[in-house]
Amino acid sequence: MSVAGPLARGKSQRRLERYALPSLVGVLFLCVWDASVRISGSDLFPKPIEVARGIGELAEKGLLHKYIVASLFRVTWGFTLAMAVGIPVGLFMGWFKWAFQALNPMIQVLRPISPIAWIPVAILWFGVSDAAPIFLIFLASVFPIAVSAAAAVANIQPVYVRAARNFELSRFDLFRRVIVPATLPQIITGLRIALGIAWLVVVAAEMIAVSSGLGFLIIDARNAGKRYDLVVAGMVMIGLIGLGLDLLVRRMERMDVVRWGYHNQ
Amino acid sequence: MTRAESDPGSRTGGASPAGKDADAVVRIRDVWMTFPGKTRDKDVHVLEGVHAEVRNGEFVCIVGPSGCGKSTLLNIVAGFLPPTAGQVTVEGKQVTRPDARRIFVFQENGVFPWLTVAQNVGFGLQRREPTERDSIVQHYIEMVGLTGFERAFPRELSGGMRQRVEIARALAAQPSIIYMDEPFGALDYLTRLKMRADLIRIWQEERKTILFVTHDIEEAVQLADRVLVMTRRPATIKEEVKIDLPRPRDIDSPDYLRVRDRIFDAMGIDRTTGRSGEGESLDEKSVVPGL
Repeated sequence: MSVAGPLARGKSQRRLERYALPSLVGVLFLCVWDASVRISGSDLFPKPIEVARGIGELAEKGLLHKYIVASLFRVTWGFTLAMAVGIPVGLFMGWFKWAFQALNPMIQVLRPISPIAWIPVAILWFGVSDAAPIFLIFLASVFPIAVSAAAAVANIQPVYVRAARNFELSRFDLFRRVIVPATLPQIITGLRIALGIAWLVVVAAEMIAVSSGLGFLIIDARNAGKRYDLVVAGMVMIGLIGLGLDLLVRRMERMDVVRWGYHNQ
Repeated sequence: MTRAESDPGSRTGGASPAGKDADAVVRIRDVWMTFPGKTRDKDVHVLEGVHAEVRNGEFVCIVGPSGCGKSTLLNIVAGFLPPTAGQVTVEGKQVTRPDARRIFVFQENGVFPWLTVAQNVGFGLQRREPTERDSIVQHYIEMVGLTGFERAFPRELSGGMRQRVEIARALAAQPSIIYMDEPFGALDYLTRLKMRADLIRIWQEERKTILFVTHDIEEAVQLADRVLVMTRRPATIKEEVKIDLPRPRDIDSPDYLRVRDRIFDAMGIDRTTGRSGEGESLDEKSVVPGL
């Protein structure tokens, strides 16, 4: 009992900190929001309840579902392409010093160019189609993915590679059985950052280059009748889905094969 | 100082000439190692003409002051580093790269953290039949005392247990020689004592040739058939001390202490101050206080 007591208290306290406190902050935020709209007397900016109704309205029309699917579709494609290019290129750069020296300066020049700056170019090349935002998402996420994969290889503990050499692994086995698992934790962290960026970019891209998706919803709701309840509804959905995506990748970080990489030892 | 004829440790003195011993499996012949510095005169001369031999089934320890190049020598012998000059042969063949028949146990623990204990131990057995592999893995897990931890990940184990996993991984590959580079260096004193006792038991069961690098003279005297004493950098093997004491060795027995003191002398260390002959203090870790 003397042991179970403090432990049980610790657990319920953790639960309180994990769920109750954030909920409290959320409720407080909604209250402040509601009060500010009422006090300012704005008739354009919606109250929380109006946003909730807006979301309901979108759901009823089937637009919510359609737009979310459209946005996720673009992110999935752009992000998958970025992984398919970024991870191999990054691993390659991390393993061969000459490849890093050849490619890194170019990457460092391209990387700080905001994907938003690429929008006109994307429209020029791909027109108003799904390809334009997919290209932008690809651009936005490929560099962080490649850079983190390269860093992951460079950070492999030499002792793992030496052990692998001692067991006379073939090049392919060295890659499959040592390089990939040794770099996976850091690659996943890179993916998490890149996915966050990709989600930011899809919304921006959809405001300009296409006529569906959550980004389009926001711009369309404003342009066609100043429906700010729908604008904010779009924003809320973007936030919630972004949170969901992040939790999904965080889940991957808890897998047994990568968990070691997040404990500092 | 006079020594009785019945001394358990016999001093052969100097480096043994290459090719003297027909039973030697590992022959280190006039190995030199220089790491290039920024300029010629800043080159680091680590090894200068090292000669040594290890016989089949022998347990040989290399001791020397910290940073003297013992690890460098072991890395050359294992084929991880090419020597600047000289050569190493194992079973008559020149060593040019690491070989799966000779497994290295690393000081910094080379157990793969993404694999379970059983997967680590079976790492070198991928080409075996799964059932055969499982039984070998099980056998060596048992030998190092990790039964029940087969599915644990290294992060869930203590430092000593992780080092056991690495030893089991080395044994499971069924090598003829095991190279150990201060494998117990990072462990606490009591764990180190236990690991030494277990390593001796395992070695007596398996009769592998073991070449073991340590800065800990006590450790060398407890483990080895023969101790090779290295000088400070640029290093050579200054002295060879044979230890004929029965195992397990009583670290309080007069015979044990005599051998230990002989190695202290060979290293030119004053046992009470830890100072070497030239009056220069060694890294404190390399000097173990008398018991």
